[in-house]
Amino acid sequence: MTIKTEPFILNMGPQHPSTHGVFRMRVTLDGEVVVDVEPVIGYLHRGIEKMGENRTYTQIIPLTDRLDYVASMTNNFAYVLAVEKLAGLEVPERAEYLRIIMAETMRIASHLMAVGFFLNDLGAMMTPVLYMWREREKLLDLYEMVCGQRLTYNYMRIGGVSQDVPEEFLPALKRFVAEMPGFIDEYDQLLSQNEVLLARTKGVCILPRDTAINTAASGPVLRASGVKWDLRKADTYSIYDRFDFDVPVGTVGDCYDRYWVRMQEMRQSVRILEQAIAQLPEGEVCARVPHLLRPPIGEVYGHIEAPRGELGFYLVSDNSIAPYRFHIRPPTLINLTALKDMVIGWKVADLIITFGSIDVCLGEIDR
Amino acid sequence: MTTALIGEQIAKEITEVFPDAVVAADKAAVVVTSKSLYQVAEFLKNAPALDFDYLTNLTAVDYVDYFEVVYHLISLKHNCSLVLKTRCHDRDRPVVPSVVNLWRSADFQEREAYDLMGIIFDGHPNLKRLLLWEGFVGHPLRRDYL
Amino acid sequence: MTLLEQFRLWLGGIWPEWAAYIVPAIVGIVVVLGFVLTLVIVFIWYERRLLGRFQIRLGPNRLGPEGIFQPIATAVKILLKEDIVPAKGDKVIHWLAPVIVFVPVLMIFAVVPFGERAILADLNVGIVYVVAISSISAVGIYMAGWASNNKYGLISALRAVAQMVSYELPVVLAILGVVLMAGSLSMTQIVASQSIPFLLLQPLGFVIFFLGTVAEMNRSPFDLLEADSEIVAGYHIEYSGMKFAMFYLGEYGHALAYSCIIATLFLSGWQGPLLPPIVWLVIKVMAVFSVIVWMRATLPRLRVDQLMSFAWKGLLPMAVINLFIIAAEVLWLSEITPWLMVAVNFVFAGVLVLLWSKLFTLGGGRVEV
Repeated sequence: MTIKTEPFILNMGPQHPSTHGVFRMRVTLDGEVVVDVEPVIGYLHRGIEKMGENRTYTQIIPLTDRLDYVASMTNNFAYVLAVEKLAGLEVPERAEYLRIIMAETMRIASHLMAVGFFLNDLGAMMTPVLYMWREREKLLDLYEMVCGQRLTYNYMRIGGVSQDVPEEFLPALKRFVAEMPGFIDEYDQLLSQNEVLLARTKGVCILPRDTAINTAASGPVLRASGVKWDLRKADTYSIYDRFDFDVPVGTVGDCYDRYWVRMQEMRQSVRILEQAIAQLPEGEVCARVPHLLRPPIGEVYGHIEAPRGELGFYLVSDNSIAPYRFHIRPPTLINLTALKDMVIGWKVADLIITFGSIDVCLGEIDR
Repeated sequence: MTTALIGEQIAKEITEVFPDAVVAADKAAVVVTSKSLYQVAEFLKNAPALDFDYLTNLTAVDYVDYFEVVYHLISLKHNCSLVLKTRCHDRDRPVVPSVVNLWRSADFQEREAYDLMGIIFDGHPNLKRLLLWEGFVGHPLRRDYL
Repeated sequence: MTLLEQFRLWLGGIWPEWAAYIVPAIVGIVVVLGFVLTLVIVFIWYERRLLGRFQIRLGPNRLGPEGIFQPIATAVKILLKEDIVPAKGDKVIHWLAPVIVFVPVLMIFAVVPFGERAILADLNVGIVYVVAISSISAVGIYMAGWASNNKYGLISALRAVAQMVSYELPVVLAILGVVLMAGSLSMTQIVASQSIPFLLLQPLGFVIFFLGTVAEMNRSPFDLLEADSEIVAGYHIEYSGMKFAMFYLGEYGHALAYSCIIATLFLSGWQGPLLPPIVWLVIKVMAVFSVIVWMRATLPRLRVDQLMSFAWKGLLPMAVINLFIIAAEVLWLSEITPWLMVAVNFVFAGVLVLLWSKLFTLGGGRVEV
């Protein structure tokens, strides 16, 4: 006698403790096994692309802050790089180094939050989050010293950065960089060989290499699947070619590899920071750029390696003070294309942690 | 450093295989007709010397006379990039073939272009609105919206 | 002769029979309930402070010195909330479920010995009574999940039934080991026979019982029933107000009840030098609870199929082997000094745990859809 079963649709709605924002998934479940996943987005759509067409190039910088609000510095960085490429502007040395310092500290802060909340989704009741928050708070204090803001920095400008760092910044940063490897070792010791973590994440929800490339995954998700593609090395921008760092690459592409790649990237960021602090020159921090910048007619696609993946800006200029078209290439929306592949056949709990390991931020998905 | 391939050279290579595909080519980009877009894309993906397996970005721009759909392609193996464009001049019903079968990353990006610009991608399995709600009327990113 | 029976005999001389029957019962119940509810409040405070310490932060410390009025504030807040019943839910079952979850917890305390003669009901099948009563909560949880008319609640309710039924078996087998060594099912006898605590005499039994009861209590790492990150509070998702307070207190009541049982069965109950017995019991109960909170703070949670395979393929075979070993020892070794049994049991425990950790993998994987 066979028991009649039917799959049911569970709505993991916009309000859910683990959807990292207002994200909705319509999950078709057969018992505990996921049969189908349909992401529904747009709950945070603010029309940033349309707004960009009515604002000058400098006025768009605060808009870019609010894309991936967890890692605002890299959003600013990507945008001003694109505009500088379009207008052909040179950036002073000190500004370049300051930008790299901000970008790499931002990468550490973003990965701390990503790993912490990945473990929170696994069920370790906020303990890893609070341990990692201790370091993230130090970084947010550094940012407050520099630009007065803790979340949406609006620090970079076209042609440099908005203001120089105060005196207490560098000693505080040096202290942070000196202690950070010890803290990453502490997290490693607590987490990486934890039986339950290994049982929950090893071999779970694998993203094969070919699928990752075909769905244009980027960032730690792509590198965990075994593709050694990091824009800081492959398409070097700013002054990354002066620093010596490795690109961690995973082997299998399961949730554990995505977690492991992020931990290793934090170590590499600390390496870059040590070199940048040592090489930081004096000088001015912003080039002289006209107040209402009019780039020549043309278009540009400028992309950088943001903590979540490849963040790109496509700008079309018609020689006026505002861009003709302002398009944002969101890393996490495109990483989500592979969600269905990864999760089918696994259970509800695995769906949640896979979603956490992709590390989305709704601000940039919905724009 | 990713080499940005010169549009004119790639235009020559494409014209060898598909004689009437290329409409225009300059240093940065290659513009092809929308009818031949799928074949050209397939050629760019599968040709061993080119091997463009990574579709980074898919956008649509509204120049008032025509719509332009822009594809940014990258070849991971050869570390080079290319910009492929296509134009459609029909404002009421702009149709472009979908490249989802070649690069799955186009899935959400084509849906977004349909949602915000109104460009219909022929062959997309699930062309629904992505960012705006289902009953929304109009396509906000067009130049004549508001 | 328990204290209450002595009290009844004394009253029987002064008052009519029915009064002498009822008054000691009421006095006993009130005292035990007072003890339980006070200790539950203390547990709530203790857990929040201790969890805060594990997470490098202070726990609540605003209300009252060191935050001791925090649980009372929490209770008042919960009681002041509106009692929402889902419109399409089954109203009777929705109302009944918290009762069925909470009452068995209180009933367990009837057989916990607080001192040499201080026990509410000296049943000679004490431990069987505990096992029987504690399984009723599973039905209550299922009712709560079903009556909420909510898919999250349903998933949680089904997981609850699976989990609680599966973990009953290793728990009962571990208890059987204790019973064999003590020679009786009565709780007072079990405590009296522990000249050496059974923790030392049966380490493997203790580990199995401990893990089994942590799973029965739905505490981390087995708390998938109320996995906040997956099914958003699970079976009590549609409860608010007093009914939610019942679930909340019930969870800590469960923790207290099982800690008392562990202290009684394995840590020799109220026995100890110098201090009064009730103080020793509280110390042991707090120690066990600290370990439970420690596990909650440290470990991520298991997935439901991993949980099942841990119970059926991990704990159950070990519990059966443990039972055989204990039976063999009681038969042949009980005349010789018990410390020999301690040594033998530790060796067996070590060997079995090592063997299982090599052979046993937490199961589960991809299912072909």
